Amino acid sequence: MSFTVDALTKSLNVFHAACSPCNNCDIEILDALTPRYDLERFGIQLVGSIRHADVLLVTGAVNKKVVHRIKALYEQAPKPIIVIANGSCACSEILFRDSYNTCGPLDKIIPVDLYIPGCPPRPEAIIAGVVKLLNAVRAKDKK
Amino acid sequence: MAFISIAGMFASYLDRKITARIHWRVGPSLKQPYYDIKKLLIKETILPANGPIWLFVSAPLISFLSVALISDIMITSWFNTGSGFIGDTVVIFYLFAIPAVASILGAFASQSPYASLGASREIKLLIAYEVPLFLAMLVPIIKAQSVLFGKIISAQVYNGSFAASASGLLALIVAIFCIQAKMGFTPFDLAEAETELAGGTQAEYSGPLLAVWKLSKMALTVAAPLFLVMLFWGAGGWLIILLKYIVLLIVAVLIKNTNPRVKINQAMKFFLGPVSIAAVVAVLLAWKGY
Repeated sequence: MSFTVDALTKSLNVFHAACSPCNNCDIEILDALTPRYDLERFGIQLVGSIRHADVLLVTGAVNKKVVHRIKALYEQAPKPIIVIANGSCACSEILFRDSYNTCGPLDKIIPVDLYIPGCPPRPEAIIAGVVKLLNAVRAKDKK
Repeated sequence: MAFISIAGMFASYLDRKITARIHWRVGPSLKQPYYDIKKLLIKETILPANGPIWLFVSAPLISFLSVALISDIMITSWFNTGSGFIGDTVVIFYLFAIPAVASILGAFASQSPYASLGASREIKLLIAYEVPLFLAMLVPIIKAQSVLFGKIISAQVYNGSFAASASGLLALIVAIFCIQAKMGFTPFDLAEAETELAGGTQAEYSGPLLAVWKLSKMALTVAAPLFLVMLFWGAGGWLIILLKYIVLLIVAVLIKNTNPRVKINQAMKFFLGPVSIAAVVAVLLAWKGY
């Protein structure tokens, strides 16, 4: 395993960008950090500044007010950065698809590495998604 | 420097693990601080577009080097009590102020509004806690009749710890509050407030420079409680000193986990009011020989 992948997969600092969500996804993300699931066991922590982050976690359907900000956040992030679209809104915009102010699903705005569907996804689904992503990164590195 | 980095990582592990146990969680693994630092080394470093870059880059290095120097002076004078120079206790005190000053300079160099807000809080906090900390430090100096750090330690090795006397105990309690602010632990972590200032003074740092900041912060959690142990509670062999250090660290982590963050005016009132008065009382008691 290369040094980069090994270092990145063992310590993920997450920056949570709430792009006009309904807050259900946000609550489920905080649930994943509570004593029942305790993601800090695997080195996953929430951080306050995008400059400290390795993961940009986006919730909600991106609308016209936040589309510039999410682009700016992606540009401000120190690379390599992993982008996670959390919840059905960020993945596919579900029922807000034909709304007058949404700007398309997240992967039309910035490159997305992981989709976690669900409305909201359960903490187990979030953890399973992260594990799948890490395994995929490691498998890709082995080839 | 390697020693202080490894010791700092272990102290950071203890801090996070104890915090997790208080939360009824499992907590991170022993190697987690090492993974965090290693990961930051591969990240991109972002420099401010229109700030003094030399200051931005040198601030974390100055901070880390000063903490490494403090621990070097402390440990060499502990093993060889005659090795110090006149007034090295005061030099250590000034070196302890450098990480805070460096974080202020780095924050202003980064040109971020969050960082400058954090820096202004850090300045006020520094003014507030340095007064009682210096007064508390006068107590062992009066008791040992010397400003030599080695003399202070040897006086305690022969005559028992200063913390056993009334003035020494009071000064130790005052100093515990002061290092809580110095290490940036929770009731007084308003300079790095993650929730309101997005990382505060270090908001714009990324990659290896942030790794140096984290290392310097971890090293400070080793150096500051160790300084108090040697100053006030210095009797005993190296194993007993280590145990006492861990006890002080656990006290600091418990204070951190049971208190909410205070506002800057509350912190200043606290340090310049009751804590300073207690420190003055401790100095007067030491003067009278208690």
